[in-house]
Amino acid sequence: MSVTNEQHTFTKRPSRKAAIEATISGAFRIATYIVILCAGYIFLNIAYNGSKAVFIPKAPFINIEFLTAKPQTLHVFEPKEIDTELKSAKAQIVSLRTKQRNLGSNETTAAEALGQQIAALQQEIKALDLQRKDGRLMYGDDAYRALDQEPSSELYAYSNYAYSGGGIGPAIVGTCLLVLGSIAIALSLGILCAIFLSEYSTPGPTLQLIRLSILNLSGVPSIVFGLFGFGMFVLYFDWGVSMIAGWFTLAIMALPVIIAASEESMRAIPKGFREGSLALGASKWTTIRTNVLPYALPGILTSSIMGVARVAGETAPIMFTAAYALRDQLPWQGLEQKTDFFFQGVMALPYHIYVVSSKIPQNEYTRNMQYGAAFVFLIIVGFFALSSIVLRIKIRKKYKW
Amino acid sequence: MSTSNPSQTTGGGTPIIKIRNFDFAYGDAQALFDINMDINEKEVTAFIGPSGCGKSTFLRCFNRMNDLIDIARIKAGEIKISDVNIYDKNVDAIELRKHVGMVFQKSNPFPKSIYDNIAYGLRIQGVKKKSELDEVVERCLRDAALWDEVKDRLSESALGMSGGQQQRLCIARALAVRPKILLMDEPCSALDPIATAKVEELIHELKKDYTIVIVTHSMQQAARVSDRTAFFYLGKLIEYGQTDQIFMNPRDPQTEAYISGRFG
Repeated sequence: MSVTNEQHTFTKRPSRKAAIEATISGAFRIATYIVILCAGYIFLNIAYNGSKAVFIPKAPFINIEFLTAKPQTLHVFEPKEIDTELKSAKAQIVSLRTKQRNLGSNETTAAEALGQQIAALQQEIKALDLQRKDGRLMYGDDAYRALDQEPSSELYAYSNYAYSGGGIGPAIVGTCLLVLGSIAIALSLGILCAIFLSEYSTPGPTLQLIRLSILNLSGVPSIVFGLFGFGMFVLYFDWGVSMIAGWFTLAIMALPVIIAASEESMRAIPKGFREGSLALGASKWTTIRTNVLPYALPGILTSSIMGVARVAGETAPIMFTAAYALRDQLPWQGLEQKTDFFFQGVMALPYHIYVVSSKIPQNEYTRNMQYGAAFVFLIIVGFFALSSIVLRIKIRKKYKW
Repeated sequence: MSTSNPSQTTGGGTPIIKIRNFDFAYGDAQALFDINMDINEKEVTAFIGPSGCGKSTFLRCFNRMNDLIDIARIKAGEIKISDVNIYDKNVDAIELRKHVGMVFQKSNPFPKSIYDNIAYGLRIQGVKKKSELDEVVERCLRDAALWDEVKDRLSESALGMSGGQQQRLCIARALAVRPKILLMDEPCSALDPIATAKVEELIHELKKDYTIVIVTHSMQQAARVSDRTAFFYLGKLIEYGQTDQIFMNPRDPQTEAYISGRFG
């Protein structure tokens, strides 16, 4: 084949058009990457800091105490002597830095010497910090009360941090109970509504209005749902701040999403299945039960569990209805009657995260609890989402068309 | 209340479906105008006519499938099956549909196994005995000439079958509840010629035991399978008679124009 300099019609040539095309697609790409980077940073930050609380270097590698113990106040005794030394070292660095800045530009040797001094001091501070960490005494509530004698206030500086000791056991249990209960309520109510809307209702303006109001409901701010639950379940029904009030509040909040998604899943079932079944002499309900619901179930379950998992992360709805900032007992402990189980407040992770991140100071003693709780919560929500996906794949395999 | 009375339906040539002055409308749009006809027992009756002429709508009136459409309503007249007006208040549409089976244009096997598809009609009636179900499944598949093709894969999904097999499965499924009448709404419109031939052969076989009403777009098919043919146009029954007579010697000029391919 002969090679010619002439370009074929299809050959690429740089042009204004191509440049614009490349810029636009690049912009889309960058926007996407920015979102992913931000999300990734947040997740990794929480995971990195949270894993310090959740994992330990020794077997069994998981900090069982953090996951099971109840939250406690952390009592800290720091050795005073080392503290004073640290403070003086830091003050020295500050004064050296000022000196360094005041030096003229031609006094390089003097600046270098000062720099070396600063580096040495920083080394010293590091060593002192390690000493401080070795020397300090930290107690949870139980251990603190069990002490025969408080460390002498001459040697130690005392401070305490609420919620920062112990673990988040009751909050994990409470969250799981809240999620499971509200899934049960929301799913049963939501599917009933969706069946009515998709199978039984007559199309018309009324139905459109109902649909519209259900959709609008999903746009209501969560704090409004919280107040509604508080007024309705806590006060009017007189259930008090209780798990059951939280269930219903969360369920009602998840309902719009569940109804819309379930209705959509049912509408997606081909009409032929319904007709085929009806033509064989099945009643409408039999048809729905045997030939619509089973095929719609994967979609219903996935969207519902996702919906509830999202709602379960809300703090506002449970703040007034179900959550305690601190509760020593697990839900099944100390019940006088069996029904009391439903009428007790529980700790919940989202509320706990709110409390520990807004009501206590941020420092090295509280950070573990703050990040740890957020990390565990992420894992739990992820677990629910994952289980819904697995469930869907499993059921979807059974019915395929 | 039962909709059938076996003692009144003996032998061939007796009408099992009687339609009198039947007017039917979707909302304000009237779809069927004053239809009168008798459909004979254990014969194949074909409905032909151009698209939108109301023949499928009419067919769906026989098992009250139109009940599912909210705006559908009977304006006048009646349809009697075995001498019972099926639009009477006392008639249970669910019981009626057990007596009047239906096969749809688009084959619609359920996404279940072949066995479960056939057994569905009995299971919803509460039949649980395995031996009884086994027997019915085999009988229906044999009747639908499908047994030899699928007997080794009854537990496989019905959706793995070919299009023609799926349609015959739907016929077999309809037979499982032992209907007296079988309605077929363009059963071959999505099938290739070989599958079509098989279904037509099957219709011939089924004629011995069932009354079949078939809607078809193919005039050749109507000529091949039916004993009687009804020609519909714009919601009216134009001509109804022996298939030979309709195709050889149509009385109405519209019928002649349609079957000779001048319109439709």
